[in-house]
Amino acid sequence: MDYEKESLRAKRRGRVRRVITYVLLSIWALIVLFPFYWMLLTSVKSYSAYNAEYIPSFFTLSPTLQNYVDAFTTVNLARYFANTVIFALATTAIMMVVIIFAAYAFARLDFPGRDLVFGLFLSLMMIPAELVVITNFVTITNWGMRNTFWGLILPSVTSVFYIYLLKENFEQIPEELYKAAKVDGTSDLKYLFKVMLPISQPTVVTIVILKVIECWNSYVWPRLITDDEAYFLVSNGIQEIRENGFGRENIPAMMAAVVVISVPLIVLFLIFRKKIMAGVSRGGTKG
Amino acid sequence: MQKKNWKAWLYLLPAIAFLGVFMVYPLIDVFVYSFEEGYNSASQTFWGTGLYNYSYVLHDPYFLQAVKNTFILVIITVPVSTGLALLISLGLNSIRRLRDFFQTVFFLPYVTNTLAVGMVFMILFKKTPYSDGLINLLIQFFGGRPVDFIDGPYWAKILVMCIYTVWVVMPFKILILTSALASVPQDYYNAARVDGTPPLRIFTRITLPMIAPMVFYLVITGFIGAFKAYSDEVAIFGTNLNAAGMNTIVGYVYDMLYGDSGGYPSYASAAALILFAIVLTITVINLMISCKSTQF
Repeated sequence: MDYEKESLRAKRRGRVRRVITYVLLSIWALIVLFPFYWMLLTSVKSYSAYNAEYIPSFFTLSPTLQNYVDAFTTVNLARYFANTVIFALATTAIMMVVIIFAAYAFARLDFPGRDLVFGLFLSLMMIPAELVVITNFVTITNWGMRNTFWGLILPSVTSVFYIYLLKENFEQIPEELYKAAKVDGTSDLKYLFKVMLPISQPTVVTIVILKVIECWNSYVWPRLITDDEAYFLVSNGIQEIRENGFGRENIPAMMAAVVVISVPLIVLFLIFRKKIMAGVSRGGTKG
Repeated sequence: MQKKNWKAWLYLLPAIAFLGVFMVYPLIDVFVYSFEEGYNSASQTFWGTGLYNYSYVLHDPYFLQAVKNTFILVIITVPVSTGLALLISLGLNSIRRLRDFFQTVFFLPYVTNTLAVGMVFMILFKKTPYSDGLINLLIQFFGGRPVDFIDGPYWAKILVMCIYTVWVVMPFKILILTSALASVPQDYYNAARVDGTPPLRIFTRITLPMIAPMVFYLVITGFIGAFKAYSDEVAIFGTNLNAAGMNTIVGYVYDMLYGDSGGYPSYASAAALILFAIVLTITVINLMISCKSTQF
């Protein structure tokens, strides 16, 4: 057995293994991408063409944008869309204010009972949303906030996890900087906004993106709290469209709506890919 | 000094207020609700306290169906998705070219609206008068008989539900496992290679023990997530899950609260607490097993 032969065989074995790896990964990529392709494809097929295909074709020679026109004219897709944008931006903005102040207090200020309060905060992370949603539903109903933006927004403007994440980040900023600022006579608030936030910008951006994604996809709470179509978000809108929108048969128009709903998040993801993936691996819990 | 204390509490005030109203108070309240018998949400009265709500829920056929569906979903999807994610991550870790591309593609389902994409799965699996649907045509192509996966037999509906759930949870698992695999020190592999260790042995003796904590983390969060399944089912079978026989425990809670079958916060609370007890028990068991087997 000479050395040359042996190393050649090892090389070949390695190449075979690599080919198999690429094939398997490509199969999974196909499984992931296929639904996206299918919705895009179906959304540009005309209604009559779609229904005439007993065997659905994998491409279309006469794409049409009529379904997109239908999606925006026959149902209130634009309204759902605008509601979701308002909801996502308002919730995220209010939450950022709440958590920035809380994280600042925990990270930079010394006060009696701080560690105890922080411990209590952390223990709240274990509470599943399903337990508290029942009372929240009753609370919001009693406050007369059903079918309002406040009712949608208020229960989700705090997140213990994000407070924790931001606090960790704030704590990494050296103490000396704070002392120097104090000597210069900078106020606490000014220090927070002029020094701490700019330094922690990557974490802040990550939190904002993750929260926007969460808002965009939220379904359960909006469904409980809104039954007036004027306040539907996209998730509820799509269910509404499915059950009483175009009629069950107009699947191309439905798929056009699905594309419109999916595109903003996919674009956001492609722009902030690295940040989103790093953020999720630090603290995502979906799955 | 005194002034500073006062300021700190002021900074914390919004967070404490929101958490108090929407987290702590509801947590106490849900127990109260669950013991109030015959609670009427219109007049806010009840006629007694006791365990009746629990007994009602536990004898409700819809709840038992929901428990069955949820357990099947958990038992199938958690091992399948974790195993598959491990396989894919190992593959990802062994390649260099196109790795970024694959990672991006594999993460896509995480950032999509699951309600919207569920609709695509529905039309792929659905059998309509116009067409058998793509999946059924594939089945026929390979010589099988077409099945209506959305309104058909129970096993077919369970199958679609599991497939879609796996599709949805994979991105998170792949992401966590690839970063766990990447953090195994390269020296260990080099040492093993010098010793001529076969690949399978490298995997069981080096890779697996090194990433075991992350695998357990995924199993635990996977169990918790699967027990809370709800919106993926709505996406495929529509909002009336009881009629489809595909409700989950969380779905049962929400149906008790709202909609045509709603208005019973007491039953909803009892069901939610039963779910919480199940999840807590299984998480503790998981933690005990993982503590025992990651000590070496």
